[in-house]
Amino acid sequence: MSGIGSGYDLSTTTYSPDGRVFQVEYAGKAVDAGGLTVGVKCVDGVVIACEKLVPSKLHKPGTNRRTRAVARHAGVGGSGYTPDLAAVADRARAECANYKSFYGDAIPGKVLAERMAHYYHLFTLYWSVRPFGCSTLLGCKDFDGYHLYLVEQNGECAKMRGACIGKGKNAAKTEVEKLKLNEITCAEAVKELARIVYATHDVKDKEFECEMSWVCDASDGEFVRVPEDIAEPAREAARVAAQGDAMES
Amino acid sequence: MIPRRTAHERVIGPGVVPHGVDPEHDALYRGRTARGTVTDEVLRGVRGRPFTIDGKAREKAPATRTQTPYVTGTSALGLKYAGGVLLATDTLACYGSTKRYKSVERVKRVNDKCAIAFTGELSDFAYVCDLLEELTTEDFCEDDGTTRDAEEIYQYLTRVMYNRRSKFDPLWNSFVVAGYDAKGEAFCGTVGMIGTHYADDHVAAGFGNHIARPIFREFYKPDLTEEEAVEIMKSALYACVMRDKQMMNKFQIAKVTKEGVSIGEPFAVPTEWGYEKFYNPTKFSPGGW
Repeated sequence: MSGIGSGYDLSTTTYSPDGRVFQVEYAGKAVDAGGLTVGVKCVDGVVIACEKLVPSKLHKPGTNRRTRAVARHAGVGGSGYTPDLAAVADRARAECANYKSFYGDAIPGKVLAERMAHYYHLFTLYWSVRPFGCSTLLGCKDFDGYHLYLVEQNGECAKMRGACIGKGKNAAKTEVEKLKLNEITCAEAVKELARIVYATHDVKDKEFECEMSWVCDASDGEFVRVPEDIAEPAREAARVAAQGDAMES
Repeated sequence: MIPRRTAHERVIGPGVVPHGVDPEHDALYRGRTARGTVTDEVLRGVRGRPFTIDGKAREKAPATRTQTPYVTGTSALGLKYAGGVLLATDTLACYGSTKRYKSVERVKRVNDKCAIAFTGELSDFAYVCDLLEELTTEDFCEDDGTTRDAEEIYQYLTRVMYNRRSKFDPLWNSFVVAGYDAKGEAFCGTVGMIGTHYADDHVAAGFGNHIARPIFREFYKPDLTEEEAVEIMKSALYACVMRDKQMMNKFQIAKVTKEGVSIGEPFAVPTEWGYEKFYNPTKFSPGGW
């Protein structure tokens, strides 16, 4: 507790003198340390891609999913602590099931995003709990078409056309901004996102898997993994392109 | 305004006060209704029975209308054959004895490995469908390459049915569950209204248990082809529609195979009502009139 201005970061219940809640910002750092997640809304759906860092060669491929379906029509992908992500995804699943049993219809994207944001926000209010160390992208199809929402660890919620979270998000954001999101289809976006994930991957991190899921017309409005026959060529092309770039520089 | 008494009268139902049980109270009404003088005859309930419904008393008493069936389907049949399992029902939902809804699909696909058919209350079946829908959504979200198989759905239903009967609020249904079990073998079972259950090569729920199963027992063999099984099923449906007044000559056969569930289009079987004994059905039955 030495020095002026220190000691304000011990709890989410204490503001710093300049109006910040440090614990929540630290949670944001946990998110930034996790592998990249990119999502875009295209003309015919939403694609979410994750750079899933693999800490050990002993992990079986496909374990520790980073994109998860939470209902037939909705799913999340996120960066940060994987267990926190699992907890948030579980809650989202419960919200979907609850809405369905109460109203008899699939939960609209906006409602789900706001309920998830409320859940995040709750954990920034009490000293007895820790804020989630993960942020999520929510892809959804409802009565109003396809939507992409960014739901952050501090409880913020925004509707997006494209969004990036996690490690290398700024570089990825520049790339996503170049995409013509009003024109491209999901099939094209899969290639672009794979390229972005491979291009922004930090070579210091050893292994990673590029995990991609979508909810689009091709998947009948269901949130599923991008089929291997589409995802694998995209990954392969991205891998080759990334190696080429590395050779040049 | 006429003072309204609010009380609970068991004889008529929750929240209802009949005349004739409380002379003091009845005296308040004497000669004061809009329709004319109230006579003793009316008050005794001979010609009419004015009453008041007490909302609060109704709230205290649980609704009982859910405890008896209103709109019901009758028999559901299931039969294994060499390449899968068949399910058959008619497409009728009766309001009491009235043939009220004539195009009801009484079979539900649960997932690729399982389909169920029901007898009994239509709305309770809708509720059970919601429960099963939650299970399949769970399977979908888990996305681990496996789904609940027919035997698991069957066991789940037995628990749901037994749990509700233990609350003295049974779901008014019985089911035929068809599909594949965890070993990949064809499965065919039935679940009763109170959780009774068994699996067999052929089953029937509802009245069809008495009519269709003797036919199944006679003709079933493990190596039935699909065509043979459909023929047996049709003769069983024919037997049912001839004898069960809640049955209708419009049927659906669904099949579960390794490829998944397919629910067939509705069809009719030719019926024959010209039998001699149908002209005067009581002629040969002692005690008839």
